[in-house]
Amino acid sequence: MPAKGYVEIFVEGCKGCNLCVINCPTDCLALKTSETNSYGLHYAYMRDEDNCIACQNCAVICPDAAITVYKKAS
Amino acid sequence: MKEGYKLIYQKPKTLRKKRMHYCPGCFHATTHKLTMEVVEELGIQEKTIGVCPVGCSVFAYDYMDVDMQEAAHGRAAAVATGIKRMHPDKIVFSYQGDGDLAAIGTAETIHACNRGENFTFIFINNGIYGMTGGQMAPTTLEGQKTTTSPYGRDPKKVGLPLKMCEIVSQFDAVAYVERVSCNTPANARKAKRAIKKAFEYQIQGLGTTFIEVASNCPSGWKCTPEESLEWLKEKVFPYYPLGIFKNPEEK
Repeated sequence: MPAKGYVEIFVEGCKGCNLCVINCPTDCLALKTSETNSYGLHYAYMRDEDNCIACQNCAVICPDAAITVYKKAS
Repeated sequence: MKEGYKLIYQKPKTLRKKRMHYCPGCFHATTHKLTMEVVEELGIQEKTIGVCPVGCSVFAYDYMDVDMQEAAHGRAAAVATGIKRMHPDKIVFSYQGDGDLAAIGTAETIHACNRGENFTFIFINNGIYGMTGGQMAPTTLEGQKTTTSPYGRDPKKVGLPLKMCEIVSQFDAVAYVERVSCNTPANARKAKRAIKKAFEYQIQGLGTTFIEVASNCPSGWKCTPEESLEWLKEKVFPYYPLGIFKNPEEK
């Protein structure tokens, strides 16, 4: 099934708190532990781009409002 | 944006672009975001005046793109009273932590609530003094270790934690009291609804509205953001139950 949506994460705004990762129902997000942003913090990225259901859970829980959500136009 | 997709969620325009200074996973930042989403949805950006406390959220005026006033430590309720009385047509809220609202500012808070001043309290209860390095607050749980209670809070010496929602819901002049949290997306959505209702009741002029956010403090509690959510569920919610304590629609 094609993805219903996707998220964009503002890398410089992410502080790597992991809240979006543990609240994603389809396990699409992960923390990039191999790289850091300019503040020296690990950041979240979209690991699995095929299963996003555009539920906005990650964006609602993100303390720093670093996540933007897009949904497939029907 | 990819082709064939539409935007459904983005950072509220009422929140400034500046990077917040809060620790990773702090609910202060979540509450800032939810409050500003409500301001954007109600279209009251030009009419809203916020009052900042002293504490972790002392720089809230740098992040919220509404008119803000900094108050002396604990006196945000008194300053908000003055602003609301001079500008009854504006929407006024005070944004305070537990050291500000429940410790040094208890007198201001209680008397503002007792007078039924028509503004909204947004109260962040994380049970610790986060800014100064994790000292014991009036809301610290029984047995919780902090830098000034290294063997755990002893109620025989310092009393039991203050339940502010239960206290202020006793006043007749207070219209709406609810305790919310942001530990899950569902609870964060409920918190946003509660803040929205509080602002709507304030616009209707029903009296004081009081929203307590049961918050975390990963740095002060010496744990990761994920572990702080577990602590909230296991220890904080049994003592500080979530829910509505006073609702003007049930009168």
